Amino acid sequence: MNDNNNHNDKIIIKGLNFYYGSKQALYNVTIAVKENEVTALIGPSGCGKTTFLRCLNRMHDLYAGNRYEGEIILDNANILDKGLDLIKLRSKIGMVFQKPTPFPMSVFDNIAFGLKLNGISKKSELAALVEKALKDSALWDEIKDRLNESALSLSGGQQQRLCIARAIAVQPDVILMDEPCSALDPVATAKIEDMMTELKRNYTVVIVTHNMQQAARVSEWTGFFMMGEVKEFDKTQKIFTTPSNQMTEDYITGRFG
Amino acid sequence: MMRILDRHKRDRFADFLFKGVSSFFALLIIVLMLFLFVVLAIESAPAIKAFGFKFIYSTDWNPVRASFGALPAIYGTIVLSAIAIVIAVPVSIGIAVFLTEMAPKKIRGPVGAAIELLASIPSIIYGMWGLFVFAPFLSAYVEPFLIENFGFLPLFRGTPLGIGMLPAGFILAIMIIPFISSVIRDVFLMVPPMLKESGYGMGATKFEVIWNIVIPFARSGIMGAVILGLGRALGETMAVTFMIGNSHDLSISLLDPATSISATLANEFTEAVDDIYLSGLVELGLILFAITFVVLALSKLMTMRFAPQKGRGKA
Ligand SMILES: Nc1ncnc2c1ncn2[C@@H]1O[C@H](COP(=O)(O)OP(=O)(O)O)[C@@H](O)[C@H]1O
Ligand SMILES: [Mg+2]
Repeated sequence: MNDNNNHNDKIIIKGLNFYYGSKQALYNVTIAVKENEVTALIGPSGCGKTTFLRCLNRMHDLYAGNRYEGEIILDNANILDKGLDLIKLRSKIGMVFQKPTPFPMSVFDNIAFGLKLNGISKKSELAALVEKALKDSALWDEIKDRLNESALSLSGGQQQRLCIARAIAVQPDVILMDEPCSALDPVATAKIEDMMTELKRNYTVVIVTHNMQQAARVSEWTGFFMMGEVKEFDKTQKIFTTPSNQMTEDYITGRFG
Repeated sequence: MMRILDRHKRDRFADFLFKGVSSFFALLIIVLMLFLFVVLAIESAPAIKAFGFKFIYSTDWNPVRASFGALPAIYGTIVLSAIAIVIAVPVSIGIAVFLTEMAPKKIRGPVGAAIELLASIPSIIYGMWGLFVFAPFLSAYVEPFLIENFGFLPLFRGTPLGIGMLPAGFILAIMIIPFISSVIRDVFLMVPPMLKESGYGMGATKFEVIWNIVIPFARSGIMGAVILGLGRALGETMAVTFMIGNSHDLSISLLDPATSISATLANEFTEAVDDIYLSGLVELGLILFAITFVVLALSKLMTMRFAPQKGRGKA
């Protein structure tokens, strides 16, 4: 594998606890996400992977009663600070969900959505950026003739790639993906994995996945979650060949979960 | 093997019976509607013969001289429903947004229930409340304001009476808001949270998410809610009769007394002594039937145009 030492820490998570009301879901999570690399999060269902991912863009703030403790440092600032501008934070961090979530509008408008939020309104500029985003996500040839169709008319795999294109159109610093392939067939999954290898040239990617092979294929770093704790965090190669934690080994060899 | 075959037979018979019974009732509804239409047509035949198309475009409604022009009533019905919809739809969307996206969890239930309760108040109560409470308020504050500031429009000229097209439209709007808003609320609740989160995840504000994602996603449901409200508004009688002023003089001003088809029917059926008068009123009913039918059919078509986009190519 390539040498990771020259990559900087993009996000540093220190002693993160998270509570859904009175129910604690994350315990003292401490890891560092490297810039321009893919970090995979694995672990059995309900171990807190999604919960962790949604801390990184403060998505939990949408619902009352949720509470964070600890620090998440992004670009030298703690994003858990009370007064933080969430709109600004979220426009720097893209998110892709478990199921495709195309907006009920045309393909073009889906991609243009974030651009318009960022204040780009000139038609020609929008068109150029939409084209770039679609090319970057290898969707352009497939759907360049369907830009004015409803995004809901695309296939599931195309919809999910559209969602990724929509996220990268605004050139975020970080892209969060929560089991982005769980609703897709193997062919569509392979296309998304190809995309990810392209993406990490320019973006920092954090991906939750149920699929161990996928984690091994696409990521440089892997975190193994269990019951709200990070049991092991290391280079992907190391985790999948010589894990230092017995639980990690049991999990990746399929003995549970 | 035998028993399984028997069971199949029995099931098939039950299926057949069920299909038969439900198609019978479905057909019955259509037959009833046709029957209604035919009766209205037969009863209004004398008036149709006597006045022809003049019935529809003439503005002269004078039972004493046996002259019947229904234009003021037809115009009133349509404009009144339009006013009610124009006021009720934005307010209802606002209420639905409040109930689903803004209100603290604790008050959503009670406020929602209270709004639904408004729908169960008999319309005559709205009429009385409108006449005794709302009309004086309108004539003292709202209408003078409109005349003063928007009097340059022919729509807002006249005397602030507190009864007329606009006041009746207000009451009608209040009456249909509970229906429209509770349907829209239910439609909003069906918007997948993940879809909204995708919007927030891109850095959208609450308003941007509601405006660009929630409302477009719910548009066919919103159309359905509007149809429901429109259907009610077109036929609403008692409250309108109280508020509209019941004047057959056609006026552009929304502040002047006017009439609608249903208000005319409610007011004049008991007075209609001669046959041609009665026949004229039935013809009004026939026209209301036709308007309602056409409006609802058109709106259905529009919803159908919106709907397929949603179902197509789901993951
Ligand atoms: N909105 C919520 N309210 C309360 N508990 C939740 C909520 N969402 C998830 N949880 C709980 O938090 C834990 C972690 O869930 P999650 O992060 O979704 O796990 P994973 O993504 O690893 O499957 C689980 O025990 C789950 O039941
Ligand atoms: Mg999950």
